[in-house]
Amino acid sequence: MAAFRAQGLAKRYGNVTALGGVDLEVGEGELVGLLGPNGAGKSTLVKIACGLVRASAGSAEVAGAPAGSATARASLGYLAELFRFPGWYNADELLALHQRLAGSEGGADERAELLDLVGLSEAKTRKVEDMSKGMQQRLGIAQSLVGKPRLLFLDEPTSALDPVGRRTVRSLLEELRRRGVSVLLNSHLLSEVELVCDRVVILSKGLVVAAGRTEELARPRGVEVDTDEGTKLFESARREDAPKIVADLVGAGQNVYGVRVLETTLEEIYLEAVEGETS
Amino acid sequence: MQESVRRRVFPVVLILTAAFLGLYSFGVYKAYQSIDPFATESIGNGGEISLVDTQVLFSATLFGLSIFAVLFLGTVLAIFLTHAVVRGDAERGLLQPLVVRPVGRAALLAGRFGAAALVCAVYVILVYTASLLITHWVTGWWPDQIFLPAIELAVAIAVLVGISLFGSILLSSIANGIAIFMVFGAGLVAGLLGQIGEALNSDSLNTIANVASWALPFEALYQDALNRITSDTEGFTKVALSLGPFGGAQPAGAWLWPWVVVYLAALGLIGLWAFNRKDL
Ligand SMILES: Nc1ncnc2c1ncn2[C@@H]1O[C@H](COP(=O)(O)OP(=O)(O)OP(=O)(O)O)[C@@H](O)[C@H]1O
Ligand SMILES: [Mg+2]
Repeated sequence: MAAFRAQGLAKRYGNVTALGGVDLEVGEGELVGLLGPNGAGKSTLVKIACGLVRASAGSAEVAGAPAGSATARASLGYLAELFRFPGWYNADELLALHQRLAGSEGGADERAELLDLVGLSEAKTRKVEDMSKGMQQRLGIAQSLVGKPRLLFLDEPTSALDPVGRRTVRSLLEELRRRGVSVLLNSHLLSEVELVCDRVVILSKGLVVAAGRTEELARPRGVEVDTDEGTKLFESARREDAPKIVADLVGAGQNVYGVRVLETTLEEIYLEAVEGETS
Repeated sequence: MQESVRRRVFPVVLILTAAFLGLYSFGVYKAYQSIDPFATESIGNGGEISLVDTQVLFSATLFGLSIFAVLFLGTVLAIFLTHAVVRGDAERGLLQPLVVRPVGRAALLAGRFGAAALVCAVYVILVYTASLLITHWVTGWWPDQIFLPAIELAVAIAVLVGISLFGSILLSSIANGIAIFMVFGAGLVAGLLGQIGEALNSDSLNTIANVASWALPFEALYQDALNRITSDTEGFTKVALSLGPFGGAQPAGAWLWPWVVVYLAALGLIGLWAFNRKDL
């Protein structure tokens, strides 16, 4: 059974079509990246999955239960794109509140562990209103993990984080993968998604325009060699052809200063998929 | 969630309340000094000379005024606590992390209502008691009924809390805050119209007032509370009281209590229905 499955999911706000029939699946223990330009419908999809927004058509299931039902909500963790916590709570109290709401029996140990995971142990008693934006986002991530959900929806979890914070989240995601937690990650940071996700889905104007395993999407694009005569591109060559190319060039009396095996990056795939959208 | 809501508003309300109680004590004291409690005032009535108990008239009117102030301050508190609970909080992103938790929207709404109604009820009863003691301390007068008016005021505020929460589902926080104040004002105006209608024997005014107190039962509760403080006062004192804006309001019928329950339940159900359909 898939952790999350959307079929023909559509959402209209008045005459704006946010989602135009999306099929998407997150397998058990899978990390899926959801990409797309601003307004593509990524947040809308996640909000439907969490029961915040009602779909206009199609269906969405979380762990086999209809999205929005209490069972579905009990099995997921959610970090909203735009959220705020009441300013007068401190980090520990906020997590305690969410433990109560989620029915988690983790107690102080769970709270300490979560704060440690997101690098907020030091700020345990700091009030939310005295936290920087990035600290609040870290707290938001900790909040989404309360109660050990089997499925996580993270809507741009690193948008306010510093480089170290992003790294922390990346290793956190890898740790979650080890624990078998399924994750749907919305992000604009392609390199980040490329590094941690098993699969990516690219949305544009409410439709899926590309999807696949990260390594399948990356196609070979040739081998590039720096020589005395400048940079030469061997378009049809692959990684295994590189030694021969170099040997041939050296045999022909040229000096070789550098060799690069090229692959399409996620960025190129992305730009191709959402062509005309982003400019 | 409950205790925190209180923290945010507490200082403002505390200052307002202290200001009111200070002013009220001072006012009652000064006013009482300026009248002679043993003098009797006469009003002409077809040649007969009738006596009015000035002390009762004076105390009851002032206490009536303070009951109005209690209702007003309670309304301010109720609006503070609830005007932004749904749409306002959703717009600021406060609501989403809570709604996603398995407790669900109905429990959230009920919890907010219960917490706000409780805080407001305690507050209203405390301020009511303080005014009561101040009035007694200066004038030596006790209202004819003490406990029921307090309960009625507390319930009146609970009705306002319900209306404000309901409004917060549909309206943005500022619009809702203003709307609830207007509803509150409309209720009071309707009550005064009713009194004028009574005095003038005007059926149409009475009808307006009646409809208003069904539509806005906090008004009927308030009127009933006012009425109870002089429920056993008779004769011309009562007549004189009923001419003033804070005296001798209309007693409510036996249907008031069941109606309040039905009213709140209906608000809750329709509100929940709207809340459940709302995209956050
Ligand atoms: N509450 C709403 N009312 C009306 N339209 C909305 C609402 N929420 C979203 N939309 C519209 O739906 C579309 C999809 O929005 P959504 O927030 O899902 O995009 P997104 O992919 O998350 O974008 P971003 O990368 O900017 O976060 C947009 O056109 C947006 O204007
Ligand atoms: Mg978004």
